[in-house]
Amino acid sequence: MGHYLRNRLLQAVVVILIIIVGNFILLNAVPGDLVDVLAGRGGDMDADLMASLRARFGLDDPLPIRLLDYIRNVLTGNLGYSWPHSQPVLDVVLQRLPATTLLVILSVITSVFIGTLTGVFAARKAHKLTDVILSMVVLVCYATPIFLTALALMLIFSVQLGWFPLSGLTTAGAEEGILATAADMGRHLVLPVVSLSLFYVAIYARLSRASMLQVLTQDYVRTARAKGVSERGVILGHALRNALLPVITMAGLQITELFGGAVLTETIFGLPGVGRLAYDAVFARNFPLLLGILIVCSFIIVIVNLLVDLLYMKLDPRVELTK
Amino acid sequence: MTLTRRQMLLSSLSTVALATLAGRPAWATIDPVGHEGGTLTFVISPSPQILTSAMTTAGAEQVVSAKISDSLFTYDFDMNIQPQLATSYDVSEDGKTVTFHLRQGVKWHDGTPFTSRDVAYTCMKVWKVLHGRGRTIFKDVTEVQTPDDHTAVFVMTAPSPGMLKSLAAQQTQLLPAHLYEGTDPMTNPYNLKPVGTGPFKFVSFVSGDNLVLEKNEDYWDAGKPHLDKLVFRFVSDPATVTAGLESGEFDLVNQSLLPKPDLPRLEASGKFDITTKGYEFQNEMQMIEFNLDDPVMSNPKVREALAYAIDKQWLVDNVFFGYGKVANTPLHYQLTQLYDETDVPRYDYDPMKAVKLLEEAGYKRGTLELTVDPLPYGEYQNMTANYLREAFRGIGVKLTVRNEDFAGFVKRVYTDRDFQFTVNLLTGGSDPTIGTHRTYWSKSFAKGVGFSNGSHYDSPEMDKILEAASAEMDEEKRIGLYHAFQKLAMTDLPVLPLVAVESVTVANKRVHNHTINAHGTYADFAEVWVDPKA
Repeated sequence: MGHYLRNRLLQAVVVILIIIVGNFILLNAVPGDLVDVLAGRGGDMDADLMASLRARFGLDDPLPIRLLDYIRNVLTGNLGYSWPHSQPVLDVVLQRLPATTLLVILSVITSVFIGTLTGVFAARKAHKLTDVILSMVVLVCYATPIFLTALALMLIFSVQLGWFPLSGLTTAGAEEGILATAADMGRHLVLPVVSLSLFYVAIYARLSRASMLQVLTQDYVRTARAKGVSERGVILGHALRNALLPVITMAGLQITELFGGAVLTETIFGLPGVGRLAYDAVFARNFPLLLGILIVCSFIIVIVNLLVDLLYMKLDPRVELTK
Repeated sequence: MTLTRRQMLLSSLSTVALATLAGRPAWATIDPVGHEGGTLTFVISPSPQILTSAMTTAGAEQVVSAKISDSLFTYDFDMNIQPQLATSYDVSEDGKTVTFHLRQGVKWHDGTPFTSRDVAYTCMKVWKVLHGRGRTIFKDVTEVQTPDDHTAVFVMTAPSPGMLKSLAAQQTQLLPAHLYEGTDPMTNPYNLKPVGTGPFKFVSFVSGDNLVLEKNEDYWDAGKPHLDKLVFRFVSDPATVTAGLESGEFDLVNQSLLPKPDLPRLEASGKFDITTKGYEFQNEMQMIEFNLDDPVMSNPKVREALAYAIDKQWLVDNVFFGYGKVANTPLHYQLTQLYDETDVPRYDYDPMKAVKLLEEAGYKRGTLELTVDPLPYGEYQNMTANYLREAFRGIGVKLTVRNEDFAGFVKRVYTDRDFQFTVNLLTGGSDPTIGTHRTYWSKSFAKGVGFSNGSHYDSPEMDKILEAASAEMDEEKRIGLYHAFQKLAMTDLPVLPLVAVESVTVANKRVHNHTINAHGTYADFAEVWVDPKA
């Protein structure tokens, strides 16, 4: 186990190094740099100011030297400085991480829970009317683009009914206190989480339905029934545990995908998240910030993958962690 | 140079006029009649990255920071000077010394008194060094003398009438010297928790989400501001903005954030106050910049032909939904004192003439192929480029629209110079010396510098006019020089102005006084009040 962990962490370091070098080179091949964008936003800089800014931002050294400097800094825990924000990159990223983390974790939990429940229920009623109706609903959820769901939910529940706030993560300047803040964030997150979850509910429902149907035909299920285990016990204790494996795989993928893919939801609902920050950083050519986001996110992804592997082992004793 | 007696009289008159104004212009405002307090929610995009505009000209930074920090002046709708932290000023006979008399009893939000030291520090160490526009505006300033706490004397190598039109908080903001001196202004922590002299004090900032400001109880203009709290929300999705206005979650939206097709619906609902005023300090123009280094574009007949092929009114009506006016000169019509189209060559829509001109230039119908690069900022430049493709098809010119992202565009046009013409959006500013000059002045052509002289126009005659205008203290002579400028610019046609854009502010009807001068929603909001019942 310790051996396994050590190996995986070593792999992670190599992966992150590849991410840094690859992206560093790729990003610098893109036309235009931070100073071009800064000069362009106001439309009024002169050549001297641009040159002095390039020197300050360290953009005038040759690429290999900048890359080595950067790696050396990252190894000492320094992710660089985001000049437009007047702050270190790590601070900027950490300010934006909570919104995305909350959004991702809540929607993964919601979609796994509801999706699996729907799937199991549909599998129990396979090919009956309930199953057909559920399958149709699931298909609609699957086929609706997230931005459409988001706008529809927003128009109905915020604009028409006024039940939930339209955008943002907190009410600006609301009263302090952990409970009040949590409740406030909760209200702000309902619509984003629902719109992001609906698509994944569909995926988990289809996945767990298929998986459940397959598991239900296995010998050990028949054995369980034969020895008199209740239907509930068969489904939850025997079948579901095995049927969950593909769902867990998918959840692991979803978490990693969402860290980059929540841009749309973050934009529509005005959430101060990492996805939007990365998107803006690309257009601002703020590469230290972008690389910082990539590194932080790759750490998270490596850890999530590790957790998924461990969970696998827990659910299915046949899975062994070798090196 | 010396001033004539008339100008002396003018400048002394303005001193008197300013000195007699105790506080602010009262003519444009509606009294709050007991409506003190309340919160205003103002939605803008993108999220500002820092909270001062003393060293950046980005729009979001300007909007939010002008509520916290002041400058020397404000300007009314006709760009007349109004006092802010300077109560009056005098200009020396040779125009090279400007003395500002500063308001007394003003305190920074941390309680430290505001003095001439703050003015000297900000001008010499920040505006002149780090502010893109400031470097042009204050280039001739060699020293700011501080004979006493309430007098700041700007010593210059040449007279600069443009400077007096550019001293507003939206772009040349004063910073507290006691918190900035001896630090690197670009990394100073107070950029993110600003200390100003303005009507609102900083409370909290969540990048990408919101900024909260509260009433400054010790504001120098007693009895103001009226609002208790001012909340900025940063929302980048236009559909969310419209939805938020309709649900009442947002009170105020400015600039191009709103989708123009939504405006008629908002207007029809009767719940909103929609205005195009308050952008006199910006004056955006949609223009075509021809690359004169390109062999095809350097032919004046081709440029004229293309000019005749464009129905600018169509652009105003269909791309801008009526929020703009056909541009017949490079100056925005809102620069009322200088705009003049008498005897300026016109290029009214005439496709037959365009075809004829192209033939004279040696291009038979169907033989000319061109590429346009629309500025990727908002959607209007791309929409115009697509219209041009269809319009040019009518005169037998095949046009390809090339799309890139912002940084890519800037590099292609201003560094690589690998383009034929752009559809660009250029900010003229409060005075032609600020924005317009750099587009036409041969010495502002510099490879690698965004939004400089992109067409590489080089005319000694034009340089002479512009250089004379930037140092001319006599208003009437200045008007004459700019009239000559408008005629020459439209004769040589290095740049083809298309539309004088009107930006739009939409406010819930409960919001009052949001647009009372040339700064519009970029003003300090000391006068703004909300009606809690409406």
